[in-house]
Amino acid sequence: MDLRYTDEQLNFARDVRDFTKQNLDPRVARKVLEGARLNREDYLGWHRALHKKGWIGVGWPKAFGGTGWDATYQHIFDEVTADEGAPQLIPFGLRMVAPVIMAFGDKTQQDFYLPKILSGEHWWCQGYSEPGSGSDLASLKTKAERVGEHYIVNGQKTWTTLGQFADWIFCLVRTSGEGRPQEGISFLLIDMNTPGITVRPIIMLDQEHEVNEVWFDNVKVPVENLVGEENKGWTYAKFLLSHERTGIAGVGRCKRIVKRLHHVAKQSTSNGKPLIEDIRFRDRLAQVGIELRALEITLLRVLDAEREKRAPGPEASLLKIKGSEIQQTLTELTMIAAGPAALPYVREGDGTSQDAEWLSDEAYRHASGTYFNFRKTTIYGGSNEIQRNIITQMVLGL
Amino acid sequence: MNFSFTEEQLALKDTLAKFIERDYSFDDRWKIIRSNEGWSRTHWNQLAEIGAMALPIAEQDGGLGGSGVDTMIVMEQIGRGLVVEPYLGCALLPVALLSRGASDIERAGLLERIASGETLVAFAHTDAGTRYERTQTRARATYANGGYALSGKKITVLGGDCADRLLVSACVDNDTAASLFLVPSNANGVKRFTYPMQDAQRGADIEFANAQATLLGERSNAQSAIDYALDVACAALCAEAVGAMTELHKTTIEYLKTRKQFGRPIGMNQALQHRAVDMLMHVEMSRSMAMDAAVALNDEAARRAKTVSAAKALVGRACRFVGQSAVQLHGGIGVTHELNVSHYFKRLTMINATFGDADWHLARYGESLLAA
Repeated sequence: MDLRYTDEQLNFARDVRDFTKQNLDPRVARKVLEGARLNREDYLGWHRALHKKGWIGVGWPKAFGGTGWDATYQHIFDEVTADEGAPQLIPFGLRMVAPVIMAFGDKTQQDFYLPKILSGEHWWCQGYSEPGSGSDLASLKTKAERVGEHYIVNGQKTWTTLGQFADWIFCLVRTSGEGRPQEGISFLLIDMNTPGITVRPIIMLDQEHEVNEVWFDNVKVPVENLVGEENKGWTYAKFLLSHERTGIAGVGRCKRIVKRLHHVAKQSTSNGKPLIEDIRFRDRLAQVGIELRALEITLLRVLDAEREKRAPGPEASLLKIKGSEIQQTLTELTMIAAGPAALPYVREGDGTSQDAEWLSDEAYRHASGTYFNFRKTTIYGGSNEIQRNIITQMVLGL
Repeated sequence: MNFSFTEEQLALKDTLAKFIERDYSFDDRWKIIRSNEGWSRTHWNQLAEIGAMALPIAEQDGGLGGSGVDTMIVMEQIGRGLVVEPYLGCALLPVALLSRGASDIERAGLLERIASGETLVAFAHTDAGTRYERTQTRARATYANGGYALSGKKITVLGGDCADRLLVSACVDNDTAASLFLVPSNANGVKRFTYPMQDAQRGADIEFANAQATLLGERSNAQSAIDYALDVACAALCAEAVGAMTELHKTTIEYLKTRKQFGRPIGMNQALQHRAVDMLMHVEMSRSMAMDAAVALNDEAARRAKTVSAAKALVGRACRFVGQSAVQLHGGIGVTHELNVSHYFKRLTMINATFGDADWHLARYGESLLAA
């Protein structure tokens, strides 16, 4: 047992850091470090730089143009780029639909979609949840009816993250009403420019436009956009969700926030002393730092098990719950550190609206907005209560 | 980076696990804790034969030169079996202390006798009324006629009931930093008040009144060895807690599956299921931190301190949550003496209270945030 990185891994970490310093737009890095909202170009600029370097297909096999990195390398990449303030890679194309197309799509689909995901030409979004189907996803109602060489899609998807930027959406649609609800679902790829699709913003509690409703009104989708077999979509959907397990903990990002919070707490004062000397605050920061370390090692244990092709133990199931809890704690702690500077509402939007430069305390400019925004983390991707149900069944066998 | 054990480590784990299963059942343990001594020389010797005592001793001192990870493996099994023999108090702790706080010559013969299981050595460190302070300055040694006379009162000495020799921290004359002394426990001026502890382990409060003592290592230079030894002990306690929590969690899940109320297993109730999942999270996060602490023992002092305290703080909280939850999920039977659940709960509670509780270690970890 050895928890240190090898020399080879440390060299790789240095390469990643050098590359990031040279290729990440400092304006974008600053936005990320401050917790500001990013626009489409902010994400795509970093995406294209990585594509040019051949580093965008993190976790993809080489055969499909990926990096072929093992799990530890992927973790190092995540940690170092996050530390430098790189935007998170939007997962919908790279980490969600791509593995499904690789595993279940046909050659034509692979040749068409995968290179465009890598290049950034196609921005993908996810069409899973519906107004009446949240945790109980299999009850979804959006219908796809086969008419000749097309499916005619009618219904509504919701909580579609960054759907306003998307060129394509992957959807779970109902193609049959027979059997169990899980049995009549298919996995369909839909061009967002198809007539009959309407995207409507849902403004969240931080007054930001991050998620959407997507309406389908007699949308004609060619049958060749079906992935795998008709009515087998539930299997692909579950495959997709299991693929997202290790990425969702957000360890790299959390480490950056802890580091920044620590720095800020040494700079700012409370009652005439550095905030870090306030024992109540320091205890909270210490506590979350310790939990984050425990989460990181737990994540590394899971990655190690995968590398050695051992089945990960119960530790794997806990990553989403613990990771989201820690993320929320950190946003709360940042808001606590801000004190009264957390009060103003700072409009972000697309950069054309009123800027936040007037706020003197830039470290805290986005503290409360992020706090409110991050309540989502224990709800999405299967709420933490659903996760506990899953662990109850799959791990504890109750 | 890898999390796998070597062949030797797997064999060590297997040997210990078999010892627990074959010779340390809950019934075996009952007999031991009800005996007059409260521990078993036979089982102690078995542990020595397995090589558990020689394991942490360096090869140049005649031991097996085991690592922190090896010790972790042993302590996990000790936690599983709720072993009451003072392996931590009379093997790990004195070995760690002697390895850094005594000269080669001073420790040579003693370590050999610890390795064979023949001699038990305990560490008398905590001055009455100082809680978890690591720098102890109340006990005093005076130098006269070419020797040292030691006076003071040390409390909750692990294995202090049965130890043949005592390692004692004390300041000489007007020194402000501690020195380390060796005192035979039957020496004149040594008075022991021995007792069983809540978790059925045994300990003693020990009074020294001008007891003749031998200085080990350099005068006034023992603190770094003491800090190291206590960090070794804390890492070991984390591993012991992981073993105990794993077993207790398993027992609790079994109970949730078999105990029926309202015509169905109580484990079908979501309130109980989610509590059981939260217990599992505490266990797995603790396992990760026990590993981190075990690996960090050879790091330089500041880094070691930070890592070990992070682990002990997290594990201490987990001990409380898992222990209390197991009792709650068992209901009435959980608060009886007859079932092993309460025994695990008590041991876990006392692990948190030994060598710094969760708050104490959180504060020590917090100090590192000031420095960095």
